[in-house]
Amino acid sequence: MITDVVLALAQALVGAAGAPLLAGVLRTLKARLMGRRGPSPWQPYADLRKLLRKEAVVSTTTSWVFRVTPYVLVATMLVAIVVVPVVASRTALPFAGIILLMYLFLLGTFFLALAGLDSGSAFGGMGSSREVAVAALAEPTVILAVFALALRADTTTLGGIVERFAREPLLAANPGHLLAFAAFFIVMLAETGRLPVDNPATHLELTMIHEAMVLEYSGRYLALVEWAAAMKLFVFLTLLANLFFPWGVPDIVEPVPVLLGLLALAGKLAVLTVALAGLETIIAKLRLFRVPELLAGSFALALLSVTAVFLVP
Amino acid sequence: MATLGFLAAVTVGVAATVLGLLGAVGRAWTLAVPWLVPLGGLELALDPLAGFFLALVGAAVIPASIYAIGYVGGERRGVLAYLGFVVAMCVVPLAANVMTFVIAWELMSLASYFLVLHDRQAGASARAAWVYAVMTHAGLACLLAGMLLLAAWTGSVRFADWSAAGPGLPAGARGLALVLLGLGFASKAGVIPLHVWLPLAHPAAPSHVSALMSGVMIKLGVYGLARASLDWLAPAPTWWGAAVLLAGTVSAVVGILYAVVERDLKRLLAFSSIENIGVILIGLGAGLVFRAVGLGALAVLAIAAALYHVVNHAAFKTLLFLGAGAVVHATGTRNMNRLGGLVKLMPWTAACFVLGAAAISALPPLNGFVSEWLLFQALLQNTRIARLELNLVFTLGLAGLALTSGLTLACFVKAAGITFLAVPRSDAAARAHEAAPSMRVAMILLCVVCALLGLGPTLVLPALAAIASPLVGGAPLPALGDWLTLRVSREFAALSPLALTTALAAALLAPVVLLRLAGAARGTRRYETWGCGRILQTARMEYTATAFSNPFKRVFDFFYRSEKRLDIDFHPESRFFVERIEYGNPTRPIFEDWLYRPVLSALSVVARRARAIQSGSANVYLAYILAALLVLLVLT
Repeated sequence: MITDVVLALAQALVGAAGAPLLAGVLRTLKARLMGRRGPSPWQPYADLRKLLRKEAVVSTTTSWVFRVTPYVLVATMLVAIVVVPVVASRTALPFAGIILLMYLFLLGTFFLALAGLDSGSAFGGMGSSREVAVAALAEPTVILAVFALALRADTTTLGGIVERFAREPLLAANPGHLLAFAAFFIVMLAETGRLPVDNPATHLELTMIHEAMVLEYSGRYLALVEWAAAMKLFVFLTLLANLFFPWGVPDIVEPVPVLLGLLALAGKLAVLTVALAGLETIIAKLRLFRVPELLAGSFALALLSVTAVFLVP
Repeated sequence: MATLGFLAAVTVGVAATVLGLLGAVGRAWTLAVPWLVPLGGLELALDPLAGFFLALVGAAVIPASIYAIGYVGGERRGVLAYLGFVVAMCVVPLAANVMTFVIAWELMSLASYFLVLHDRQAGASARAAWVYAVMTHAGLACLLAGMLLLAAWTGSVRFADWSAAGPGLPAGARGLALVLLGLGFASKAGVIPLHVWLPLAHPAAPSHVSALMSGVMIKLGVYGLARASLDWLAPAPTWWGAAVLLAGTVSAVVGILYAVVERDLKRLLAFSSIENIGVILIGLGAGLVFRAVGLGALAVLAIAAALYHVVNHAAFKTLLFLGAGAVVHATGTRNMNRLGGLVKLMPWTAACFVLGAAAISALPPLNGFVSEWLLFQALLQNTRIARLELNLVFTLGLAGLALTSGLTLACFVKAAGITFLAVPRSDAAARAHEAAPSMRVAMILLCVVCALLGLGPTLVLPALAAIASPLVGGAPLPALGDWLTLRVSREFAALSPLALTTALAAALLAPVVLLRLAGAARGTRRYETWGCGRILQTARMEYTATAFSNPFKRVFDFFYRSEKRLDIDFHPESRFFVERIEYGNPTRPIFEDWLYRPVLSALSVVARRARAIQSGSANVYLAYILAALLVLLVLT
């Protein structure tokens, strides 16, 4: 019990404190790859600090939904960080499976989309409508990718999957595993609002999704929303790193292995971040109505991955 | 007077709940009055499955009737039909022979027919009631055919005898009976493509009746399906289970696809009921397949998950229909494009509706999440069946269920967001008033039920598994963990709703405390929404229900086959001045166009042919009768 609480707090601390740095590193890397100097990787912290000092402007048309949403977002992301194996394969809520995690994200999406509608501007509605469309179309891929993993690991709990693959690394050396990874990677791009689905760096109304929904937020509310978005990126990248490449994730909660595990995680996240930055540098944003085709592609990958499990036992 | 009627309904509901719960935990009870009706007399029997559905009906009737007191406001018309409807729904699961069942079933259909017809002025009601009557009687015809065949083969009209004689029947006969009974029950449950009456009839009825029709009446179709395939004709063959699973998947996906583009609030809820029936059938079908291949524990799990979803859907769909009723009552419109901003005028209704929307979107920690989670876990374990074609069916079910849950979220973000948030889109919405106290009490009651069902599945599920276990041939109860943690197949998956809720609550406090600690500025300025520098913000700048669902219309265009209608009236003097623009983007219903229209036109061709022998002269008809008599005599 005590270990669990300590573990939960430790994970929340690593995730919540580290997430803005991850977002900052990604931004700096992208800028460098594009030949700009770019801001320092610590810039997101400075942004958050600035926002926290500012007065919040809240639209008169909004209701309690608008004001509650940033808190709900942060809460769902904190719980998500606690249920994902970050520092060890054991998590504070050992029952947590990937289905729970996906529905936690949907809980955040539900409130954020309502908040987008609450402001009463066309931007908010546009963002909400697009966000739920992308979320709905990404859902089947997630479940099938989970299915492919669960088939091999014989469990749907995150800790169980990580433990199983860490123990038997050969299980992961399989075409189905790679296909599931590819499918999940595309879902990650869609869910965290990266290129080519959404552009986190633009405020062009015709293309934006996430930024359109949160356009009306300011001050401390905006700080919470941005922080939650960074945490979502952190959770997805950690999930990709530890679920598909679970090497170096300790299965015991003791100081030395946990520290080594943190180092391994930092290494894996660095690789993923470089890959993501490189990808975002070389591809352009897809037209909104081409996004479903991308997601259908990821669904096909996930379906192939499941079939591979049945055919190549 | 009307209030007295509804109080009587509440009493019936309480009695039904108590009796049903007693039956569900295993208390048996029978009642036989042989002289009351011909062909076997009135016969009622209570067993766990009947008790479960009886309790479900009773528990939904209580809030719906409390709500009705404030909703109808003393209008007497329709109260008698409502009482008949309630009593008939209570008798259906208890019926123990064909005659009792058919009378109760028909009374339920007729009473609801009159309730659909309630709003006499509206022409749409008359058409809805007509389609409903035709479809429900087509279903009844299938049911009767199946039941009479079974009665002839087994030599008994008592259901108990069917269960005993069922395994002895030849496979072809059992298959035929299953298909006939399945069609009959599926038409009542609103399974696609037998759903056409549902989106017409449910919205036309008064809202407390819509709530009962969507919340529990269609569940009695599920009851019939479960009864036929798990009891009368058990064990059902594997193909039947797979067929139910696929029918459920199609219903779920197609139902929610129609719901997500709907702009009529009550029709949206009706389509969503079709979707949820599909979700329930996915669980039931999975259970039937598991049972047919001899995986008893998984069958119990899948059926218990389906039953849990039955309860959950009854709770949140009743809640949502009552909420929608409050909106219709306050504004006089069901068109979401004319609503909006109601959260400030009717805060209680809005809060209840948002909670119901979160529950139906399967968001943790509410009840919908638990049953969908269980269904996923049951379906994911299909790998224990070593048959590739069945694995494929399950994979389709999984993908369909996942797409459904994503689209449900979109659908209910739209329903709650467009109806209640932002600025009113019409004067009617701007003049809305909060619901009457009795309506609020009913809705809050249902909110509490949704929350409790989300928190306490570890207490409810073992009871549901105990109901399911005798139905799958006395399979052993699966270990479902302890009171704190729900476990599925030992290490396969687990969930602790209490721990999750605690974590969520703690995490909700965290940002509040952190903001305080970080010394965040606490000032808030109220100002108008940013409108790109325009001075005035009006409701016309908002997204509408139609706009919100546009991405779905484009992505699934092959399914909606929507057509663009643009009507522009130019000024007679010059084409550069436009007087009026009308834009429509209606979807074309696939099933009506490709299934019902050909059947109906074929029927009318046959009818026209048959007119040739209809001369209208009594003598000719007498000659027909004589001829028919002679033919029969020769044949027999």
